Amino acid sequence: MTETRMTHAQALAEALIGEMRADPAISVIGSYVFGLGPSSAQMGRIRQEFGARVFDPPSAEAAIVMLATGAALAGGRPFVSIGTAAFSLVAWSALVNEAANVHYQSGGRSSVPAVFHMLHGVRAGAAPQHATSPQAQFWNNPGLEIVLPASPADAKGLMTTALRSDNPTIFIDHPRYLETEGAVPDGAHALPFGQGRLCREGRDVTIVATSWMVKVALDAAQMLAAEGIEAEVFDPRTLVPFDDEGLFASVERTGRLVVVDECVINTSVASEIAARVAEHRFDALRAPIARVARPAVPAPFSAPLEEMVLPSADRIVGAVQGLMRRG
Amino acid sequence: MQARRLPAEQAMLARYRAMVLIRRFEERVQSLFRAGRVPGLTHLCIGQEAVAAGVCSALRPGDRIASTHRGHGHSLAMGADPDRLMAEILGRETGYGGGRGGSMHVFDAANGNLGTNGIVGGAVPLGLGAALAARNAGKGAVAVAFFGDGAMNQGVVLECFNMAALWRLPLILVCEHNGYGEFTASDDVTAGELSARGAAFDLPVQDIDGMDVEAVHQATAAAVDSARQGGGPGLLFCRAWRFSGHHAGDGQDYKDDAESRAWRARDPIPRQRARLIDEGLETDESLTALEAEISDRVQAAARRALGAPEPSGPLHEKLFA
Repeated sequence: MTETRMTHAQALAEALIGEMRADPAISVIGSYVFGLGPSSAQMGRIRQEFGARVFDPPSAEAAIVMLATGAALAGGRPFVSIGTAAFSLVAWSALVNEAANVHYQSGGRSSVPAVFHMLHGVRAGAAPQHATSPQAQFWNNPGLEIVLPASPADAKGLMTTALRSDNPTIFIDHPRYLETEGAVPDGAHALPFGQGRLCREGRDVTIVATSWMVKVALDAAQMLAAEGIEAEVFDPRTLVPFDDEGLFASVERTGRLVVVDECVINTSVASEIAARVAEHRFDALRAPIARVARPAVPAPFSAPLEEMVLPSADRIVGAVQGLMRRG
Repeated sequence: MQARRLPAEQAMLARYRAMVLIRRFEERVQSLFRAGRVPGLTHLCIGQEAVAAGVCSALRPGDRIASTHRGHGHSLAMGADPDRLMAEILGRETGYGGGRGGSMHVFDAANGNLGTNGIVGGAVPLGLGAALAARNAGKGAVAVAFFGDGAMNQGVVLECFNMAALWRLPLILVCEHNGYGEFTASDDVTAGELSARGAAFDLPVQDIDGMDVEAVHQATAAAVDSARQGGGPGLLFCRAWRFSGHHAGDGQDYKDDAESRAWRARDPIPRQRARLIDEGLETDESLTALEAEISDRVQAAARRALGAPEPSGPLHEKLFA
């Protein structure tokens, strides 16, 4: 398979363009799909080729998400850009009361093939209303597929699968990734949901991370290697469906678990992953599970305070060192 | 159900038949509710049959509706199977959702029904989406969104008025104005005149006697014809009355008795019955026979639903497509 080096945003656009060419039912609802700045060029490509299938909506997130749900019920396959993930909270009822429930409450007879794309996380000065990471909140609502890519190749592969899925898919990207580059398979590239990626192998500890935290965890693993501690970094890539087997296999190899997460720590993604391992692989653990997540305060605007809430490589290293001392 | 797009006389009878079916069906649900056989809450549309029958008889195959918490009538008017609808209301495996959804979550895609809905105003954005999909498909189909006067104060509904008008989507917005949102009079919670809100979005508004099935039908047909030809959305205010309260079992002591009596005197079913006889289209005998046939059909639906199994799982089945 040949590959091309490109940015994360371009990889997303490649998937969307490829699938829009293949399936005329796909439409785009959103004006700035993959962010502003250099990434906005990707939207220009989509408009140029599929102008009549692009709808520029007003800022009315609740109605837009419901509109997409209705269009999906009526034979369309909408791709919806929510923009900043915090705005998904405006559309919360639409996502969790409507889109998530349709298939189940229709006895499996109706479905909502729609993709809801959003950008989560702390980013320089975003402040409380633009730094939300809602993935754990979404995970509390059965019926939604939840995707969190952490590389350009995964972005293309997971977006392709999301666009082909007959289920409502919450596709959560991190704005810090949009301009990062990586090798991406050419042509159609679909990655199955529910298969995690072992980003790095190691014998001493498993670090589970998603989205931007994968990058931070890999930095931490490098720092740990300098101390002679070999960390595995496991990225589940999708929360729903979740790769329990991949997670458990890694914990069985290492006997230690640190879960890194940009969600607020209370009832976070890290909490759910920690609970699964505690329930099902307790005997494999040689030390307590550690969570490195956002402290339970709103994301502060101030740069030094923002630095304090964000999980960092240093905090991960500290957590791993703590576990190594325990056993 | 009768096929749609019938010659005018047959269509008038079909609308009568639809209204009687809805009335008998709802009365049976009410009696089952009183007997403790209906799980949860259920919202009856007794008194509002003319809206369901009048609107849906202006549609054709390929058109879609999105319905409300008070949606049994809409479902039946779109051609739902009374057996499967009753079974869903009773939480049975043979229901439209296999008992997973119940009264407020009835999906009947084959008949163009995108679902009854438990969220006030929920049908409006869903209908908007169906209208968008219809326009993209380019086959001249339209979508209908049903909602109540209570939903007119939901922000999302006004967001949809904007988009429907902005994009000139083939959407018929049908407000069933029964004067009450749950247990609160519409006037107590509403600033201004509801029907005036359409003008702010350049939405053509028709204010209709919702107790007259022919008036509802004609207004809907005009809006549908315009929407099919690219004329954009229309907003219909159907003034009606909720004879049986917000939900089955609601004593309605918040309503004025004289006002209720005056509305009951305008019951859409006897009105259409008299019209059919006066115009020489039917006789008392022929309609009595039809009514008996419908009553039998509803009794059979209830009997079958009560005899149908409750779901036993597996619990996680049908969560994802």
